[in-house]
Amino acid sequence: MKGKKEKKTVKTIKINVDKCNGCRACEMICSAFHAEPKYSSNNPARSRIRIIREPLRDLYVPVYAGEYAVAECAGRDKYTIDGKEYDECSFCRASCPSRDEFKEPDSGLPLKCDMCEGEEEPLCVKWCPHDALILEQREEEGEALDPQDEQEDIEIGLEALADKYGLEKIKDAVARISKKD
Amino acid sequence: MRYAETGFNLEVDLTRGSIEKVATNPKDTELYLGGLGTNAKILWDRVPPEVEPFSPENLLIFSAGLLCGTPATGCNRTIVTTISPQTKLMAFSMMGGFFAPELKYAGYDKVILRGKSPDLVYLWINNGTVELRDASHLKGRGAIETAEIIRKELKEPKAQVAAIGMAGENRVFFASIEQGRSSASRGGIGAVMGDKGVKAIVVRGTQDIHVAKPAEYMDLCNEVMEYIQFRNDNPIPGVMPILAGLGSPQEMKVHDEKWHTENFMWGNSRTRRKGFWTDEIAREWMETLDKSRTRLISCYNCPMTCGATISMPGLPTYMMKCFTKLTYTMGAFSDLDFGLKIAQRATEYGVDGFSAPQVMAFGLELLENGILAKADFPDMPEDNEGRFYYLLDKIVRREGVGDVLADGTYWAAKAIGNGAEEYAHNNIKKHEQLPLKLSMLNPIYFLMYSTGEKMNITQIEGQFPQAPYPKREHREAFVKDWHHVPDEKFKQYFLDWEPRGEKSMPFYPTVDMCCDIVDWQEKMHYIDDALGMCAGLSSFPLKPPYHIHNYPKFISAGAGFDMDEASLSQAAKRYRTLVRAINIRRGMRRKDDRPPKNHWKKRFPELEKELLDTYYRFKGWNNDGIPTKESLDELGLGYVSEDFVKRGILTEGEDALAEAAAAQQETK
Repeated sequence: MKGKKEKKTVKTIKINVDKCNGCRACEMICSAFHAEPKYSSNNPARSRIRIIREPLRDLYVPVYAGEYAVAECAGRDKYTIDGKEYDECSFCRASCPSRDEFKEPDSGLPLKCDMCEGEEEPLCVKWCPHDALILEQREEEGEALDPQDEQEDIEIGLEALADKYGLEKIKDAVARISKKD
Repeated sequence: MRYAETGFNLEVDLTRGSIEKVATNPKDTELYLGGLGTNAKILWDRVPPEVEPFSPENLLIFSAGLLCGTPATGCNRTIVTTISPQTKLMAFSMMGGFFAPELKYAGYDKVILRGKSPDLVYLWINNGTVELRDASHLKGRGAIETAEIIRKELKEPKAQVAAIGMAGENRVFFASIEQGRSSASRGGIGAVMGDKGVKAIVVRGTQDIHVAKPAEYMDLCNEVMEYIQFRNDNPIPGVMPILAGLGSPQEMKVHDEKWHTENFMWGNSRTRRKGFWTDEIAREWMETLDKSRTRLISCYNCPMTCGATISMPGLPTYMMKCFTKLTYTMGAFSDLDFGLKIAQRATEYGVDGFSAPQVMAFGLELLENGILAKADFPDMPEDNEGRFYYLLDKIVRREGVGDVLADGTYWAAKAIGNGAEEYAHNNIKKHEQLPLKLSMLNPIYFLMYSTGEKMNITQIEGQFPQAPYPKREHREAFVKDWHHVPDEKFKQYFLDWEPRGEKSMPFYPTVDMCCDIVDWQEKMHYIDDALGMCAGLSSFPLKPPYHIHNYPKFISAGAGFDMDEASLSQAAKRYRTLVRAINIRRGMRRKDDRPPKNHWKKRFPELEKELLDTYYRFKGWNNDGIPTKESLDELGLGYVSEDFVKRGILTEGEDALAEAAAAQQETK
């Protein structure tokens, strides 16, 4: 399967930190959309977008949840942009052990932005009338969707659980769930 | 399962250092909604009128509104309730920002403080873990500074902090509670927090808030969002810019201050400066604002940008909103640069931006008029601006003359005597008001100033235009999309309202129409304060996204109990009457229901009497402003009428007597 090319739509979110006013509606609506059942609850701590926000230093950076990282990264560089100092973490999408961002608050499971699949546009974009978040779509030739992707997703989730609780406990849990069914 | 609310309050006994999580009664939510409503119920039940503001038995309640933490745009208000040291009545100041939703996500609807801590502490609420922590190292620190220090020491950058500054610690009667870009300022609630020995409440929450009917609720939220954008694109024509749009008055955004600077009073609410706003001043002030304002900012889950980050050269950054932009400037006859600079210090000290500048201007007026002596102000600088800094420092430390002034103009005047009372001229119920002095009595505003128990005009006005439109065609255009009215008759009231002639003020709107208009406007504020909705998206601006027709749906779909317009109006009336009852039990009567004597030049005593008589009857209050037994019982407030009878505030059979008297009046 690998290597087969096809046309696909690439969705990008353009983030304008100058336009963010820090209201966190994006966090709220993201968590509501991903609640089960949809919109039945909300909790910004479950959101897949976070505003890295320090009002007194005028820092407002919306960041999307990306890949899960098992370990902390080596570098924690500082960036100065327009006279304001940012921690490298302010731009990082990883769900990693060094911070609380992008993890389910109770289970610790990693979160990842899915662009609100099935919606016209990601809801964070829709709920940001100031256009700090803008959806851009473009056609691109890329590798065809691989059914293995789903498998990979499952494995990433399980690995994260195993990191947190140990593989044995996960096996036990899976066994128990299987019995219930 | 509880919807919209968490169903739990935190009860903190500061004397004993005990903390308890207590389940609340869902029946109370249906009767009093939440926020202000349930706060009033708690205050009635637990704070009898003998309790002094600075008694350990006084409660200080921080409450999220019923819908805070749900996706409803702009629903982020914390309602702080206590007995005010200044008015000795119920104070229910509110703040926006991020505190209320965070409290909900932590799993609580309210934090109820009682007793007094022997040492300065702060309360740290981290979901289910709640503790009182030593705050001795924060003594004397600024409110904003305190929040930063606490976030660092707890390593919780996302914690929300409501803190007092030195003014609260020293029990200044107009001390505020500051929370980032917002503050709960009116009524001196910061002084009660200081008296209880609490420097700050810090909260972090990562739990879910549920709504009862998710799909319906989201549809309602989406409609509101769309309407906000429609209103932002379509300001209301024919009214001044700050009344044309949504949000709090957009003071951080606008440069043109001609209207405020030329119509509001300067100094101790005395001097009107027509022609003040010249091109040169406009240019200077624009430069000042553009240089200092880093960013326009929002409260939680709201697209409006009513606040701003302000960085004055050489001073720490702070955040501001609304009219504090001008109060210090105008109190001191200075410029915007001074106003924004001193507001930085005032925000750290934690004082109310309405009262503080007037108190200082009042002190200087007493000096100019020989009622206070130069010796009362040792080492005071000569220049006006220096004097304001001097007085601010003295007041928050309660040093020298500052100790007297720290009680506000009413109590200070009483203590100083020697004719000082004449200078404390801008109060209602002992509380400093917006610096406005006008010409012709406005009957609607007369009722609102007299009976608005939040004691702040902006917290009762809103839904009905402040003045008639000159041309009928404009009025017709205005009422066309005015679907917010609770009844079609309000459109007619407005259509017939003329600037001059037979149907003009003060005799039109008629007394009965004024009652309807005031009641509607007040009701919307009371609903907001129970739900936790910002007045800037609801009760304050014309044609807001939230109104009496969609609110019941929000409550039904959000909190999960049936609500329609009639039952919502009844609930609002219930806790509004309860607020009145709390104050009546503390001695408030008709004599207290009046605007400052000099608020209008042209007064109409007979009309004013008729307005108040009629409005009281309309509200179900007797001629002294006391809710009648009949109206209390009808609202399910039988426990109030019983208490009133027991205390001799009402006598058995009084209703019948009053009715007979009214009937007699009518046959005359």
